[in-house]
Amino acid sequence: MPDPWTTEAHRLFKKFNIKTVGYVPDAGLTDLINSCEADNDINAVVMTTEEEGIGLSAGAWLGGDKSAVLMQSSGVGNTVNAIASIIASCQFPLFMIVTMRGQFGESNPWQIPMGQAVAPVLKSLGVQVYEVQTDQEATEAIEAGLKMAFVSNAAVAVLIGQKLIGAKSFIADVAEEVTHV
Amino acid sequence: MSDLKLNRSDVMKRIMDVRNNALVITGLGSPVWDLAASDHRPENFYSWGGMGCAISMGLGCALAQSDKKVWVITGDGEALMGLGSLATVAAQRPTNLAIIVLDNEHYGETGMQRTHTSYGTDIAAIAAGAGIPKTMTVNDEKTLKGLTTALSSSLLPMVAVVKVTASKPNLVLPSRDGVYIKNQFRQAVLGATEAMHSS
Repeated sequence: MPDPWTTEAHRLFKKFNIKTVGYVPDAGLTDLINSCEADNDINAVVMTTEEEGIGLSAGAWLGGDKSAVLMQSSGVGNTVNAIASIIASCQFPLFMIVTMRGQFGESNPWQIPMGQAVAPVLKSLGVQVYEVQTDQEATEAIEAGLKMAFVSNAAVAVLIGQKLIGAKSFIADVAEEVTHV
Repeated sequence: MSDLKLNRSDVMKRIMDVRNNALVITGLGSPVWDLAASDHRPENFYSWGGMGCAISMGLGCALAQSDKKVWVITGDGEALMGLGSLATVAAQRPTNLAIIVLDNEHYGETGMQRTHTSYGTDIAAIAAGAGIPKTMTVNDEKTLKGLTTALSSSLLPMVAVVKVTASKPNLVLPSRDGVYIKNQFRQAVLGATEAMHSS
C-alpha cells in the first residue's frame, strides 16, 4: 500500500491541475513518482539534477501550466542559483516537495550537513518552508502550499520529515548481505 | 574540424525569418541582445540570469504549449552549464522543441575567455549521445539553409549548434525586469485574463 501522504499528494495535484511533475528520485518519493508516472494527464519528467526542476517549473508557468518539483534534501543544494535568479527575480510560482535526510536517525553521515542546511538555505532565498512530520500535517501543508504557490505566486517547499518517511537502514534495504572491510 | 563560422546577427535574422508563432526562450548574454535587435516581441522570454536553465525552461514551456513550437536560443557557455538537460529532453521527446546553440567558443559576457568548445567539445555530438533524435552543426550557407528548413518542419526535438564568430554584438537591451518579461510573455501566449488569473 502506498504511503498515505503520497496518495493525498497525488489527489491534490489533480485538484490543483498540476500538469508537470519534475523529479530526481528518492526512496521516500517512490509512491508519488509512480502515481505521477502512471497518470496520463501529468508529464512526469525524470531529471538529471534538481536544478532542472526549477527551470522546468518556470518554463511550464510561461506556457500556462502548473507544476511540482520533487527531490531529496541533498538536491536542494543544486537548486540555489536557479531559485534566486529565476524564481525570485521574476516572481515565478514554485512548489517543491523535499523528502528529508540527515535529520532524525540518519545512518549516512554525508547526508547530515545538507539535511541540516535545507530549511535555512531555502528561507534565505525567500521560499516559504513547511516542515511536516505526520501524514496529516503533510496533506495539509501540500494543499496550503499549492494554493499559496499558484494563487499568490509564491515559492513554497514542503519538507517531509524523516520521522514520517522513516530513517531507513538503506544498506539493508539495497543489499542481500552486508560485509564491512 | 572546420573553421567556418557565421555572423551571429545574420544567423539570428535568418532564424527569426521562419519563426511564425514560435515561442522563444533565450539563455543569458549575447543571444538576448541578438534577439532583441532582430525581432523584439512579447513571445520572447529574455533571461538575464539562471545560467544553465534555458534548456529546462524550454522543455517546461514545450510540454505546456504542445501545439506551438518552442525554441531555446542560447550560447555555448550557458548550454555547457546545463548539459544534463539534453538527456532530460531526450527522455521526454517533445515534438515541438528546438534548441539552437550560438557557439562562439567564448564566454562573451565575462571577458571573452575560451569555452570548452574551443578545445574540441562538440555540443551536437553530446546532444546526439544524450539521445536527441535530430542534431546538426551549422557553419556555412548550406547548413544554415538546412537549419531554417528543419525549424520549419516538425522534425523535433532537435539541437543545432551554430558556429559563429566571437564578435561583440551591438547591445540592444530589452527590459531587465523579470516580472515584466514573464507577464508580457504569458499575456501574449495565454491572453490577459488567463495570464493574470490562472485557472
